[in-house]
Amino acid sequence: MGLQVMSEVTQGIAKVTLIGEVDSASAVIFKDEVDKVALQSPKEIVFFMKDLNFMSSAGLRVIVFAKQKLGSEVPIYIVNPQEGIIDTLQKTGLHHSVFIVDSYPVTG
Amino acid sequence: MIIDERIDYYPTHVSQGFKLRRGRPIPFGATMVPNGVNFSIYSSASTSCTLVLFERGASEPMVEIPFPEEFRIGNVYCIIVFDLDYERIEYGYRMDGPFDPKTGHRFDKTKILSDPYAKALGGRNTWMKPPNWDDIYPYRSRLVFEDFDWENDCPLEIPIEDLVIYEMHVRSFTRHPSSGVKNPGTFSAVREKIPYLKELGVNCIELMPIYEFDEWENSRRHPETGELLVNYWGYSTVNFFSPKAGYAATGKFGMQVDEFKTLVKELHGNGIEIFLDVVFNHTAEGDHRGHTISFRGIDNKTYYMLTPEGYYFNFSGTGNTLNCNNPIVRNMVLDCLRYWASEYHIDGFRFDLASILGRDPFGYPLSNPPLLESLAHDPILAKCKLIAEAWDAGGLYQVGSFPAYGRWAEWNGKYRDAVRKFLKGDLGMIGKISQRIQGSPDLYCYRGPTASINFITCHDGFTLYDLFSYNYKHNEANGENNNDGSNDNNSWNFGWEGETGDPEINSLRHRQIKNALTILMMSQGVPMILMGDEMGRTQHGNNNAYCHDNEINWMDWNLLGKNTDLFHYTKKIIHFRLVHPVLRICYHFQNCDYVGSGYPDISFHGTKAWHADWSGTSLVFAFLLCGKHAKQGTINDDYIYVAMNMYWDALNFELPRLPEGMRWHVFANTSMPPPEDINEIGKEPVLENQYNFLVGPRSVIVIVGR
Repeated sequence: MGLQVMSEVTQGIAKVTLIGEVDSASAVIFKDEVDKVALQSPKEIVFFMKDLNFMSSAGLRVIVFAKQKLGSEVPIYIVNPQEGIIDTLQKTGLHHSVFIVDSYPVTG
Repeated sequence: MIIDERIDYYPTHVSQGFKLRRGRPIPFGATMVPNGVNFSIYSSASTSCTLVLFERGASEPMVEIPFPEEFRIGNVYCIIVFDLDYERIEYGYRMDGPFDPKTGHRFDKTKILSDPYAKALGGRNTWMKPPNWDDIYPYRSRLVFEDFDWENDCPLEIPIEDLVIYEMHVRSFTRHPSSGVKNPGTFSAVREKIPYLKELGVNCIELMPIYEFDEWENSRRHPETGELLVNYWGYSTVNFFSPKAGYAATGKFGMQVDEFKTLVKELHGNGIEIFLDVVFNHTAEGDHRGHTISFRGIDNKTYYMLTPEGYYFNFSGTGNTLNCNNPIVRNMVLDCLRYWASEYHIDGFRFDLASILGRDPFGYPLSNPPLLESLAHDPILAKCKLIAEAWDAGGLYQVGSFPAYGRWAEWNGKYRDAVRKFLKGDLGMIGKISQRIQGSPDLYCYRGPTASINFITCHDGFTLYDLFSYNYKHNEANGENNNDGSNDNNSWNFGWEGETGDPEINSLRHRQIKNALTILMMSQGVPMILMGDEMGRTQHGNNNAYCHDNEINWMDWNLLGKNTDLFHYTKKIIHFRLVHPVLRICYHFQNCDYVGSGYPDISFHGTKAWHADWSGTSLVFAFLLCGKHAKQGTINDDYIYVAMNMYWDALNFELPRLPEGMRWHVFANTSMPPPEDINEIGKEPVLENQYNFLVGPRSVIVIVGR
């Protein structure tokens, strides 16, 4: 299964939707999309991951890259990730660097 | 004109469809470069070298690329291979050269060799998952990314005198079902238990080996029980730069580096340092009958100490001895520690059988060992703590005389022995105890008390509970007819070997554990406690549990409920140490009053104040620390008086008088039943009788004057 990535930046909020699987081969597509939205200096970046089934360490690296490229003052939201991906984020400690939320905009 | 593509990273050669370029000799190992990977490996005596590349997990190589002759610079083969998938490749080398053991060479080009500088290994990704024994390349070198999000983390640089070290085995700490963690036995699980460590109060964990090792090495069945015995502790390194994948919940995904770094970062975030127990004295390749994994096939004569006949010197007791004072090996050790300090933010290192590191290539002790000197003066390791296990299996015992260069501390085996004997009631120990509780000035006169890592128990030997429950070792489960492990334990079972329902014996054992922990925390130097001693962990009398992946090693967290009093006591005694700077000096006492308080910095007492009984039949000892001398008189602390009575009867101790207006308060009295055995810090009750204290049999008291 491949990876589909879509993105848009509106009113300073970058939204990136991931569908399929991020592995070492497809991570470069993910990274290119992050590069693209980063050019517009967003104030927030949001990854929609409901339909992302797998993320390898290469995918994690893209999130780390996003954080380092945009700076720690730009919050990163991960919306509705599947259990396996949450588990990976937690074991590698990346959950401390992002906000894992059920929906975006964040309510409540 | 602006050139946007670097010409120095442009392919110049092609082999079997792979684009290549002469590599850079430094750094050794596999390094990501623009569009490719730079592979560099040293070998002085090989005649040729071939780079072997695999798709991750594949049984056969995807390509074997011989190094062109022009890609060899001196004794270093270096090559850049372009367009490799960093995450998907595994690599190794074949080295050709003479197989002539008498001259020290054991080249075998049929073997695929791990890179000594590999930053991760594949092949043992999941703990105890049966490996493919027919794999032509069982320990596979991998690349790692160095982009971990450390944020603002850096090593904590806690002054060494302020540390309380907790020696831990990663798997044993949480593998027991009672641990209640999500991924038992892993780095991730240690992270889950950080709140526990904080509650206990330790501020440094020292991990038994976490470099990649093979738990299957020398695995065997117990001849009688049939139980599988494995290389559980891991004192047998396969690769020095790689964290153990089998200790990571994410090891099967190749994310052990991230998981371990996350642990370090969170420990630091909670004020806890992390030390690694590093084993540079030997490798997993064994003696001449052992497997060829890496070093032996790359440059046997460089990496190992060899006898004139070409066999392996065995100062480690495990088959071979790394040739640490060879400049190539010395640099590897330095590179390795620098890597762990800079890339993993490790705070300190404890060197297993460190005396080996001071031997020359023929095994003779050096007066000025270059490796130890280099480590002591290394700029990157400048703030790391360096701790030596100052002996080896070849008979070199250097406690107190390890070449220190103003940096090295030592596991003080003499502290352990003296305190054990004193607690057991051996005669003639008072003089020694007085030295040990001062930070062993007799051993470390010019190095200060922080050269002394004080411990009573460690992974080698009995746990603290077993120290007072067994007269003899019980290592039958190791399958060596109980011949392994030390016979010199200085233990005492109080009349019954092992578990008993006798409440008096059990009460005495608990009291002795508290006595031991109290003496340890009241001693100058750096205290280290063994994982689980705070809750009465037992190995059922096994004093050499190196091979058991079972409840002999696993910490049973149910003991927290059973031995609540021990945990409660340990927490408080640690906390007491940490709030009293007078217990954590960094220069030796002067045994005089140099601040004008009217009291010497330390004074010694017996049942009569100011009159210690130094006789050979004495079993009592007391000392008073003058709080006005804390940190060389720069801080005003409480006065602390500690009395130890190892007689079988209670004895009345006359207390030294305090300055006008101050009174004695009782912090700890191990003869009292819990919870009266220890009080809240800062709320210690005033002692009714300010002149005398009846110290119970085999008991220790701590009182504070304020």
